[in-house]
Amino acid sequence: MTTTAKIAWTGISKRFGAQVVLEGLELAVAPGRSLALLGRSGQGKSVTLKLALGLMKPDAGQVLLDGVDVTRQSEAERRASFRGIGMLFQGGALFDSLPVWENVAFRLINADGVGRAEARDRAVEALALVKLAPEVADRYPSELSGGMQKRAGLARAIVGTPSLLFFDEPTTGLDPITAGAINELIRDRVTSLGCTAVSITHDMASARTIADELAMLDNGRIVWRGRADELDHADHPLVRAFVTGQSME
Amino acid sequence: MGLFSTNPVAALGRATLEGVGAIGRVGLFAARGIAAAISPPWYPRQIIAQFASVGFLSLPVVGLTAWFTGAALALNIYSGGDRFNAETVLPQIVALGITRELGPVLAALMLAGRVASAMASEIGAMRATEQIDAMVTLSTDPRRYLIAPRLIAATISLPLLTLITDIIGVAGGMQVSNYLIDLSPGIYIANTMDFLTAWDVESGLIKSAVFGFIIGLMGCYHGDSAKGGARGVGRATTSAMVSAAVLILAADYLLTSVFALK
Repeated sequence: MTTTAKIAWTGISKRFGAQVVLEGLELAVAPGRSLALLGRSGQGKSVTLKLALGLMKPDAGQVLLDGVDVTRQSEAERRASFRGIGMLFQGGALFDSLPVWENVAFRLINADGVGRAEARDRAVEALALVKLAPEVADRYPSELSGGMQKRAGLARAIVGTPSLLFFDEPTTGLDPITAGAINELIRDRVTSLGCTAVSITHDMASARTIADELAMLDNGRIVWRGRADELDHADHPLVRAFVTGQSME
Repeated sequence: MGLFSTNPVAALGRATLEGVGAIGRVGLFAARGIAAAISPPWYPRQIIAQFASVGFLSLPVVGLTAWFTGAALALNIYSGGDRFNAETVLPQIVALGITRELGPVLAALMLAGRVASAMASEIGAMRATEQIDAMVTLSTDPRRYLIAPRLIAATISLPLLTLITDIIGVAGGMQVSNYLIDLSPGIYIANTMDFLTAWDVESGLIKSAVFGFIIGLMGCYHGDSAKGGARGVGRATTSAMVSAAVLILAADYLLTSVFALK
Protein backbone atom coordinates (compact mmCIF):
# COMPACT_ATOMS: atom_id res chain seq x y z
CA MET A 1 0.00 0.00 0.00
CA THR A 2 2.74 2.43 1.06
CA THR A 3 4.64 2.16 -2.24
CA THR A 4 1.61 3.20 -4.29
CA ALA A 5 0.12 5.67 -1.81
CA LYS A 6 -0.23 9.35 -2.69
CA ILE A 7 0.31 10.12 0.98
CA ALA A 8 1.21 7.80 3.83
CA TRP A 9 1.91 8.19 7.53
CA THR A 10 4.15 5.31 8.62
CA GLY A 11 5.06 4.58 12.24
CA ILE A 12 4.25 8.14 13.28
CA SER A 13 4.53 9.01 16.96
CA LYS A 14 4.00 12.43 18.45
CA ARG A 15 3.76 13.54 22.05
CA PHE A 16 3.42 16.91 23.76
CA GLY A 17 5.18 16.62 27.11
CA ALA A 18 3.68 13.63 28.88
CA GLN A 19 0.64 13.48 26.57
CA VAL A 20 0.94 10.89 23.82
CA VAL A 21 -1.11 12.07 20.81
CA LEU A 22 -0.06 9.64 18.07
CA GLU A 23 1.61 6.31 18.65
CA GLY A 24 2.76 4.27 15.68
CA LEU A 25 0.16 5.72 13.33
CA GLU A 26 -0.15 3.82 10.03
CA LEU A 27 -2.35 5.39 7.39
CA ALA A 28 -2.08 5.52 3.62
CA VAL A 29 -4.30 7.03 0.95
CA ALA A 30 -4.15 5.79 -2.62
CA PRO A 31 -4.06 8.26 -5.54
CA GLY A 32 -7.48 9.59 -6.49
CA ARG A 33 -9.15 8.40 -3.29
CA SER A 34 -10.91 10.60 -0.74
CA LEU A 35 -10.49 9.64 2.90
CA ALA A 36 -12.20 11.17 5.94
CA LEU A 37 -10.37 10.86 9.23
CA LEU A 38 -12.82 10.65 12.12
CA GLY A 39 -12.20 10.75 15.84
CA ARG A 40 -13.13 12.34 19.11
CA SER A 41 -11.76 15.76 20.01
CA GLY A 42 -8.13 15.74 21.14
CA GLN A 43 -7.26 12.43 19.44
CA GLY A 44 -4.69 13.95 17.09
CA LYS A 45 -6.59 14.45 13.84
CA SER A 46 -5.32 18.00 13.32
CA VAL A 47 -1.83 16.94 14.39
CA THR A 48 -1.93 14.22 11.70
CA LEU A 49 -2.68 16.87 9.08
CA LYS A 50 -0.09 19.33 10.42
CA LEU A 51 2.59 16.64 10.28
CA ALA A 52 1.81 16.07 6.60
CA LEU A 53 2.01 19.81 5.93
CA GLY A 54 5.37 20.18 7.66
CA LEU A 55 3.86 22.47 10.30
CA MET A 56 5.03 20.02 13.00
CA LYS A 57 7.79 17.43 13.22
CA PRO A 58 7.02 13.86 14.36
CA ASP A 59 8.99 12.31 17.21
CA ALA A 60 9.29 9.16 15.12
CA GLY A 61 8.12 7.85 11.76
CA GLN A 62 7.76 9.21 8.24
CA VAL A 63 5.22 11.08 6.17
CA LEU A 64 5.62 9.97 2.56
CA LEU A 65 4.32 12.23 -0.16
CA ASP A 66 4.60 10.39 -3.50
CA GLY A 67 7.10 8.13 -1.73
CA VAL A 68 9.31 11.01 -0.51
CA ASP A 69 9.67 11.56 3.25
CA VAL A 70 8.68 15.21 3.77
CA THR A 71 9.74 15.16 7.43
CA ARG A 72 13.39 14.99 6.38
CA GLN A 73 13.19 17.67 3.68
CA SER A 74 14.62 21.15 4.09
CA GLU A 75 12.10 24.00 4.27
CA ALA A 76 12.83 24.98 0.67
CA GLU A 77 12.39 21.38 -0.56
CA ARG A 78 9.15 21.07 1.36
CA ARG A 79 7.80 24.31 -0.13
CA ALA A 80 8.56 22.91 -3.58
CA SER A 81 6.81 19.61 -2.70
CA PHE A 82 3.76 21.53 -1.52
CA ARG A 83 3.18 23.17 -4.92
CA GLY A 84 0.68 20.39 -5.67
CA ILE A 85 -1.13 20.55 -2.33
CA GLY A 86 -4.21 22.57 -1.39
CA MET A 87 -5.48 23.04 2.13
CA LEU A 88 -8.78 24.33 3.49
CA PHE A 89 -8.34 25.46 7.09
CA GLN A 90 -11.07 25.14 9.71
CA GLY A 91 -11.52 28.90 10.11
CA GLY A 92 -10.69 29.67 6.49
CA ALA A 93 -7.37 31.28 7.50
CA LEU A 94 -7.84 33.95 4.83
CA PHE A 95 -5.36 36.84 5.02
CA ASP A 96 -7.23 39.79 6.57
CA SER A 97 -5.09 42.40 4.87
CA LEU A 98 -5.71 41.15 1.32
CA PRO A 99 -8.88 41.23 -0.81
CA VAL A 100 -10.47 37.89 -1.63
CA TRP A 101 -8.95 37.63 -5.10
CA GLU A 102 -5.41 38.15 -3.72
CA ASN A 103 -6.09 35.49 -1.11
CA VAL A 104 -7.13 33.05 -3.81
CA ALA A 105 -4.22 34.03 -6.06
CA PHE A 106 -1.66 34.16 -3.22
CA ARG A 107 0.35 31.13 -4.33
CA LEU A 108 0.18 32.11 -7.99
CA ILE A 109 1.59 35.59 -7.30
CA ASN A 110 4.06 34.89 -4.50
CA ALA A 111 5.33 31.38 -5.23
CA ASP A 112 4.64 30.71 -8.91
CA GLY A 113 5.57 34.16 -10.26
CA VAL A 114 2.32 34.62 -12.20
CA GLY A 115 1.57 38.27 -13.15
CA ARG A 116 -1.09 40.04 -11.10
CA ALA A 117 -3.52 40.52 -14.00
CA GLU A 118 -3.44 36.84 -15.00
CA ALA A 119 -3.52 35.75 -11.36
CA ARG A 120 -6.64 37.85 -10.79
CA ASP A 121 -8.38 36.27 -13.80
CA ARG A 122 -7.56 32.80 -12.52
CA ALA A 123 -8.74 33.73 -9.03
CA VAL A 124 -12.09 34.96 -10.38
CA GLU A 125 -12.44 31.69 -12.33
CA ALA A 126 -11.73 29.69 -9.15
CA LEU A 127 -14.28 31.79 -7.24
CA ALA A 128 -16.87 30.99 -9.90
CA LEU A 129 -16.16 27.26 -9.45
CA VAL A 130 -17.13 27.57 -5.77
CA LYS A 131 -20.23 29.64 -6.66
CA LEU A 132 -18.92 33.04 -5.60
CA ALA A 133 -19.77 36.03 -7.81
CA PRO A 134 -16.99 38.15 -9.39
CA GLU A 135 -17.98 41.12 -7.17
CA VAL A 136 -16.78 39.15 -4.15
CA ALA A 137 -13.23 39.24 -5.51
CA ASP A 138 -12.60 42.80 -4.35
CA ARG A 139 -14.11 42.41 -0.89
CA TYR A 140 -12.03 41.74 2.21
CA PRO A 141 -12.48 38.52 4.25
CA SER A 142 -14.07 40.44 7.15
CA GLU A 143 -16.90 41.45 4.77
CA LEU A 144 -17.83 37.83 4.02
CA SER A 145 -20.13 35.42 5.90
CA GLY A 146 -18.69 32.20 7.37
CA GLY A 147 -19.96 30.15 4.43
CA MET A 148 -18.49 32.57 1.90
CA GLN A 149 -15.15 32.49 3.72
CA LYS A 150 -15.16 28.69 3.48
CA ARG A 151 -15.91 28.92 -0.25
CA ALA A 152 -13.11 31.46 -0.73
CA GLY A 153 -10.79 29.17 1.24
CA LEU A 154 -11.81 26.28 -1.00
CA ALA A 155 -11.14 28.42 -4.10
CA ARG A 156 -7.66 29.19 -2.71
CA ALA A 157 -7.03 25.46 -2.15
CA ILE A 158 -7.98 24.41 -5.70
CA VAL A 159 -6.62 27.33 -7.74
CA GLY A 160 -3.27 25.71 -8.56
CA THR A 161 -4.89 22.45 -9.82
CA PRO A 162 -3.57 20.43 -6.86
CA SER A 163 -3.10 16.67 -6.83
CA LEU A 164 -3.69 16.43 -3.07
CA LEU A 165 -6.26 18.33 -1.00
CA PHE A 166 -6.57 18.55 2.79
CA PHE A 167 -9.75 19.69 4.52
CA ASP A 168 -9.74 20.54 8.23
CA GLU A 169 -13.30 20.46 9.62
CA PRO A 170 -14.77 21.96 6.41
CA THR A 171 -18.32 22.35 7.78
CA THR A 172 -17.67 23.35 11.40
CA GLY A 173 -19.67 26.42 12.42
CA LEU A 174 -21.93 26.39 9.36
CA ASP A 175 -25.70 25.93 9.24
CA PRO A 176 -26.87 22.57 7.75
CA ILE A 177 -27.86 24.08 4.39
CA THR A 178 -24.52 25.89 3.91
CA ALA A 179 -22.65 22.84 5.23
CA GLY A 180 -24.46 20.68 2.65
CA ALA A 181 -23.52 23.09 -0.12
CA ILE A 182 -19.85 23.09 0.96
CA ASN A 183 -19.84 19.27 1.08
CA GLU A 184 -21.25 19.10 -2.45
CA LEU A 185 -18.68 21.62 -3.67
CA ILE A 186 -15.84 19.65 -2.11
CA ARG A 187 -17.13 16.40 -3.61
CA ASP A 188 -17.55 18.06 -7.00
CA ARG A 189 -14.08 19.65 -7.01
CA VAL A 190 -12.28 16.54 -5.76
CA THR A 191 -14.02 14.41 -8.41
CA SER A 192 -13.47 16.82 -11.28
CA LEU A 193 -9.80 17.42 -10.40
CA GLY A 194 -9.27 13.68 -9.90
CA CYS A 195 -7.11 14.43 -6.91
CA THR A 196 -6.49 12.67 -3.61
CA ALA A 197 -8.26 14.16 -0.59
CA VAL A 198 -7.86 13.80 3.16
CA SER A 199 -10.50 15.42 5.38
CA ILE A 200 -10.80 15.54 9.12
CA THR A 201 -14.26 15.99 10.49
CA HIS A 202 -16.72 15.26 13.30
CA ASP A 203 -19.63 15.72 10.92
CA MET A 204 -20.86 12.30 9.79
CA ALA A 205 -23.03 13.76 7.02
CA SER A 206 -19.99 15.58 5.70
CA ALA A 207 -17.83 12.45 5.92
CA ARG A 208 -20.40 10.37 4.01
CA THR A 209 -20.66 13.01 1.25
CA ILE A 210 -17.03 13.88 0.65
CA ALA A 211 -15.22 10.59 1.32
CA ASP A 212 -14.91 7.19 -0.36
CA GLU A 213 -13.29 5.77 2.74
CA LEU A 214 -13.39 6.57 6.43
CA ALA A 215 -10.85 5.90 9.17
CA MET A 216 -11.36 6.23 12.91
CA LEU A 217 -8.45 7.58 14.97
CA ASP A 218 -8.40 6.74 18.65
CA ASN A 219 -5.60 6.68 21.24
CA GLY A 220 -3.04 7.58 18.60
CA ARG A 221 -3.87 4.75 16.17
CA ILE A 222 -6.35 3.89 13.43
CA VAL A 223 -8.88 1.56 15.08
CA TRP A 224 -11.28 1.12 12.14
CA ARG A 225 -11.20 1.75 8.42
CA GLY A 226 -13.82 1.07 5.81
CA ARG A 227 -15.88 2.34 2.90
CA ALA A 228 -18.56 4.96 3.50
CA ASP A 229 -21.29 2.39 2.81
CA GLU A 230 -19.83 0.07 5.47
CA LEU A 231 -20.19 2.68 8.19
CA ASP A 232 -23.71 1.72 9.26
CA HIS A 233 -22.73 -1.95 9.68
CA ALA A 234 -19.45 -1.39 11.52
CA ASP A 235 -19.24 -3.27 14.81
CA HIS A 236 -16.52 -1.13 16.43
CA PRO A 237 -18.15 0.53 19.48
CA LEU A 238 -16.61 3.95 18.81
CA VAL A 239 -17.77 3.91 15.19
CA ARG A 240 -21.24 2.82 16.35
CA ALA A 241 -21.28 5.69 18.83
CA PHE A 242 -20.32 8.14 16.06
CA VAL A 243 -23.03 6.82 13.73
CA THR A 244 -25.76 6.82 16.36
CA GLY A 245 -24.56 9.94 18.14
CA GLN A 246 -24.91 8.19 21.48
CA SER A 247 -22.53 8.09 24.42
CA MET A 248 -20.32 5.00 24.77
CA GLU A 249 -20.90 4.92 28.54
CA MET B 1 7.89 20.55 42.40
CA GLY B 2 6.63 22.66 45.30
CA LEU B 3 9.78 21.83 47.23
CA PHE B 4 11.99 22.83 44.32
CA SER B 5 10.12 26.07 43.74
CA THR B 6 11.06 27.27 47.24
CA ASN B 7 14.75 26.48 46.69
CA PRO B 8 16.40 29.79 45.76
CA VAL B 9 19.34 28.08 44.05
CA ALA B 10 17.00 26.04 41.84
CA ALA B 11 14.92 29.13 41.10
CA LEU B 12 18.04 31.07 40.13
CA GLY B 13 19.20 28.19 37.93
CA ARG B 14 15.81 27.96 36.24
CA ALA B 15 15.69 31.72 35.64
CA THR B 16 19.23 31.64 34.21
CA LEU B 17 18.36 28.77 31.87
CA GLU B 18 15.18 30.52 30.75
CA GLY B 19 17.13 33.74 30.15
CA VAL B 20 19.83 32.00 28.13
CA GLY B 21 17.14 30.12 26.20
CA ALA B 22 15.32 33.36 25.38
CA ILE B 23 18.55 35.02 24.19
CA GLY B 24 19.23 31.98 22.01
CA ARG B 25 15.73 32.04 20.51
CA VAL B 26 15.87 35.79 19.78
CA GLY B 27 19.39 35.41 18.35
CA LEU B 28 18.30 32.59 16.05
CA PHE B 29 15.17 34.51 14.99
CA ALA B 30 17.32 37.59 14.25
CA ALA B 31 19.86 35.58 12.24
CA ARG B 32 17.12 33.95 10.14
CA GLY B 33 15.40 37.31 9.69
CA ILE B 34 18.63 38.95 8.49
CA ALA B 35 19.31 36.03 6.12
CA ALA B 36 15.81 36.44 4.66
CA ALA B 37 16.24 40.22 4.37
CA ILE B 38 19.53 40.11 2.46
CA SER B 39 18.79 37.27 0.04
CA PRO B 40 16.11 36.86 -2.65
CA PRO B 41 13.25 36.39 -3.19
CA TRP B 42 12.06 39.76 -1.91
CA TYR B 43 8.46 40.98 -1.88
CA PRO B 44 8.65 44.65 -3.02
CA ARG B 45 4.94 45.37 -2.41
CA GLN B 46 5.28 44.19 1.18
CA ILE B 47 8.45 46.23 1.70
CA ILE B 48 6.81 49.40 0.31
CA ALA B 49 3.71 48.83 2.46
CA GLN B 50 5.90 48.52 5.53
CA PHE B 51 7.84 51.69 4.65
CA ALA B 52 4.52 53.53 4.47
CA SER B 53 3.33 52.05 7.76
CA VAL B 54 6.58 52.36 9.73
CA GLY B 55 8.02 55.52 8.21
CA PHE B 56 5.46 57.77 6.58
CA LEU B 57 2.62 57.23 9.05
CA SER B 58 4.98 57.83 11.98
CA LEU B 59 5.91 61.32 10.76
CA PRO B 60 3.22 63.25 12.72
CA VAL B 61 3.97 61.69 16.10
CA VAL B 62 7.74 61.87 15.61
CA GLY B 63 7.56 65.45 14.32
CA LEU B 64 5.48 66.67 17.26
CA THR B 65 7.74 64.91 19.74
CA ALA B 66 10.80 66.49 18.11
CA TRP B 67 9.41 70.03 18.20
CA PHE B 68 8.32 69.87 21.83
CA THR B 69 11.60 68.26 22.89
CA GLY B 70 13.70 70.89 21.09
CA ALA B 71 11.61 73.68 22.59
CA ALA B 72 11.71 72.22 26.12
CA LEU B 73 15.44 71.61 25.86
CA ALA B 74 15.98 75.23 24.82
CA LEU B 75 13.91 76.42 27.79
CA ASN B 76 15.90 74.25 30.20
CA ILE B 77 19.24 75.38 28.81
CA TYR B 78 18.11 78.99 28.96
CA SER B 79 16.98 78.82 32.58
CA GLY B 80 19.96 76.66 33.69
CA GLY B 81 22.56 78.54 31.65
CA ASP B 82 21.30 81.83 33.06
CA ARG B 83 22.96 80.94 36.38
CA PHE B 84 26.45 81.26 34.87
CA ASN B 85 25.76 83.54 31.92
CA ALA B 86 25.88 80.72 29.38
CA GLU B 87 22.62 81.44 27.54
CA THR B 88 24.53 82.30 24.39
CA VAL B 89 25.56 78.67 23.84
CA LEU B 90 21.90 77.65 23.69
CA PRO B 91 21.85 76.82 19.92
CA GLN B 92 24.96 74.68 20.17
CA ILE B 93 23.75 72.64 23.15
CA VAL B 94 20.30 72.15 21.63
CA ALA B 95 21.86 70.95 18.37
CA LEU B 96 24.26 68.61 20.15
CA GLY B 97 21.60 67.21 22.46
CA ILE B 98 19.11 66.63 19.67
CA THR B 99 21.41 65.13 17.03
CA ARG B 100 23.50 62.89 19.27
CA GLU B 101 20.99 61.73 21.85
CA LEU B 102 17.43 62.96 22.04
CA GLY B 103 16.58 62.75 18.35
CA PRO B 104 17.55 59.10 17.88
CA VAL B 105 16.30 57.91 21.28
CA LEU B 106 12.96 59.73 21.32
CA ALA B 107 12.14 58.86 17.72
CA ALA B 108 12.97 55.23 18.51
CA LEU B 109 10.85 55.18 21.68
CA MET B 110 7.91 56.70 19.80
CA LEU B 111 8.30 54.08 17.11
CA ALA B 112 8.59 51.30 19.70
CA GLY B 113 5.21 52.36 21.05
CA ARG B 114 3.55 52.75 17.68
CA VAL B 115 5.22 50.18 15.45
CA ALA B 116 6.64 47.31 17.56
CA SER B 117 3.27 46.82 19.25
CA ALA B 118 1.40 46.99 15.92
CA MET B 119 3.75 44.43 14.35
CA ALA B 120 3.40 42.08 17.33
CA SER B 121 -0.39 42.29 17.36
CA GLU B 122 -0.72 41.80 13.59
CA ILE B 123 1.68 38.84 13.38
CA GLY B 124 0.31 37.40 16.64
CA ALA B 125 -3.26 37.53 15.31
CA MET B 126 -2.10 35.88 12.07
CA ARG B 127 -0.45 33.13 14.11
CA ALA B 128 -3.59 32.64 16.24
CA THR B 129 -5.89 32.37 13.20
CA GLU B 130 -3.62 29.94 11.27
CA GLN B 131 -2.84 32.55 8.59
CA ILE B 132 0.89 31.90 8.99
CA ASP B 133 0.33 28.14 8.66
CA ALA B 134 -1.76 28.85 5.57
CA MET B 135 1.12 30.87 4.10
CA VAL B 136 3.47 27.89 4.55
CA THR B 137 1.00 25.59 2.76
CA LEU B 138 0.88 28.13 -0.08
CA SER B 139 4.62 27.58 -0.68
CA THR B 140 5.53 31.01 0.69
CA ASP B 141 8.13 31.52 3.43
CA PRO B 142 6.61 33.72 6.19
CA ARG B 143 10.09 34.90 7.15
CA ARG B 144 10.51 36.42 3.69
CA TYR B 145 6.95 37.65 3.27
CA LEU B 146 6.25 38.95 6.79
CA ILE B 147 9.46 39.31 8.81
CA ALA B 148 12.08 40.53 6.31
CA PRO B 149 9.99 43.50 4.97
CA ARG B 150 9.37 44.70 8.54
CA LEU B 151 13.05 44.42 9.51
CA ILE B 152 14.14 46.24 6.34
CA ALA B 153 11.54 49.00 6.71
CA ALA B 154 12.23 49.61 10.41
CA THR B 155 16.03 49.62 9.98
CA ILE B 156 15.97 52.10 7.08
CA SER B 157 12.99 54.24 8.11
CA LEU B 158 14.20 55.16 11.58
CA PRO B 159 17.42 56.94 10.45
CA LEU B 160 15.32 58.93 7.94
CA LEU B 161 12.81 59.80 10.68
CA THR B 162 15.70 60.75 12.96
CA LEU B 163 17.07 63.14 10.35
CA ILE B 164 13.66 64.82 10.26
CA THR B 165 13.56 64.77 14.07
CA ASP B 166 16.94 66.55 14.17
CA ILE B 167 15.70 69.30 11.86
CA ILE B 168 12.36 69.82 13.63
CA GLY B 169 13.98 69.61 17.08
CA VAL B 170 16.52 72.30 16.20
CA ALA B 171 13.68 74.39 14.76
CA GLY B 172 11.77 74.05 18.05
CA GLY B 173 14.82 75.29 19.96
CA MET B 174 15.22 78.13 17.46
CA GLN B 175 11.65 79.36 17.94
CA VAL B 176 12.01 79.38 21.73
CA SER B 177 15.37 81.16 21.67
CA ASN B 178 13.99 83.71 19.25
CA TYR B 179 11.23 84.44 21.74
CA LEU B 180 13.35 84.24 24.96
CA ILE B 181 16.68 85.82 24.06
CA ASP B 182 15.69 87.54 20.87
CA LEU B 183 18.18 85.48 18.87
CA SER B 184 17.36 85.82 15.18
CA PRO B 185 16.76 82.58 13.22
CA GLY B 186 19.63 83.43 10.86
CA ILE B 187 22.17 83.75 13.66
CA TYR B 188 20.73 80.65 15.41
CA ILE B 189 21.15 78.53 12.28
CA ALA B 190 24.63 79.95 11.57
CA ASN B 191 25.75 79.16 15.15
CA THR B 192 24.32 75.65 14.88
CA MET B 193 25.95 74.92 11.52
CA ASP B 194 29.33 76.31 12.64
CA PHE B 195 29.31 74.16 15.74
CA LEU B 196 27.92 70.85 14.55
CA THR B 197 30.25 68.29 12.94
CA ALA B 198 29.15 65.66 10.46
CA TRP B 199 29.90 62.97 13.05
CA ASP B 200 27.39 64.47 15.48
CA VAL B 201 24.64 63.71 12.99
CA GLU B 202 26.14 60.49 11.63
CA SER B 203 26.55 58.92 15.07
CA GLY B 204 22.87 59.60 15.75
CA LEU B 205 21.87 58.02 12.46
CA ILE B 206 23.97 54.90 13.12
CA LYS B 207 22.26 54.56 16.50
CA SER B 208 18.89 54.95 14.78
CA ALA B 209 19.56 52.13 12.35
CA VAL B 210 20.37 49.82 15.29
CA PHE B 211 17.28 51.00 17.19
CA GLY B 212 15.13 50.46 14.09
CA PHE B 213 16.36 46.88 13.78
CA ILE B 214 15.60 46.29 17.47
CA ILE B 215 12.04 47.62 17.00
CA GLY B 216 11.40 45.40 13.97
CA LEU B 217 12.97 42.38 15.66
CA MET B 218 11.01 42.70 18.90
CA GLY B 219 7.72 43.35 17.10
CA CYS B 220 8.15 40.32 14.83
CA TYR B 221 9.64 37.98 17.43
CA HIS B 222 6.96 38.53 20.06
CA GLY B 223 4.19 38.38 17.45
CA ASP B 224 5.52 35.15 15.98
CA SER B 225 5.89 33.61 19.46
CA ALA B 226 2.36 34.56 20.57
CA LYS B 227 0.39 31.65 22.03
CA GLY B 228 -3.02 31.35 23.63
CA GLY B 229 -5.42 33.33 21.44
CA ALA B 230 -6.43 36.93 22.16
CA ARG B 231 -4.79 36.96 25.58
CA GLY B 232 -1.52 35.74 24.10
CA VAL B 233 -1.65 38.40 21.41
CA GLY B 234 -2.20 41.05 24.10
CA ARG B 235 0.80 39.77 26.06
CA ALA B 236 2.93 39.73 22.90
CA THR B 237 1.99 43.34 22.14
CA THR B 238 3.02 44.54 25.59
CA SER B 239 6.21 42.44 25.59
CA ALA B 240 7.22 43.78 22.18
CA MET B 241 6.86 47.40 23.25
CA VAL B 242 8.55 47.01 26.65
CA SER B 243 11.44 44.85 25.42
CA ALA B 244 12.06 47.17 22.46
CA ALA B 245 12.15 50.23 24.76
CA VAL B 246 14.54 48.58 27.24
CA LEU B 247 16.83 47.25 24.50
CA ILE B 248 16.89 50.67 22.80
CA LEU B 249 18.05 52.36 26.01
CA ALA B 250 20.65 49.64 26.68
CA ALA B 251 21.91 49.81 23.09
CA ASP B 252 22.02 53.61 23.35
CA TYR B 253 24.35 53.42 26.33
CA LEU B 254 26.60 50.85 24.63
CA LEU B 255 26.79 52.74 21.35
CA THR B 256 27.35 56.08 23.08
CA SER B 257 30.21 54.49 25.04
CA VAL B 258 31.78 53.21 21.82
CA PHE B 259 31.31 56.56 20.03
CA ALA B 260 32.64 58.54 23.01
CA LEU B 261 35.90 56.58 22.84
CA LYS B 262 36.24 57.20 19.11
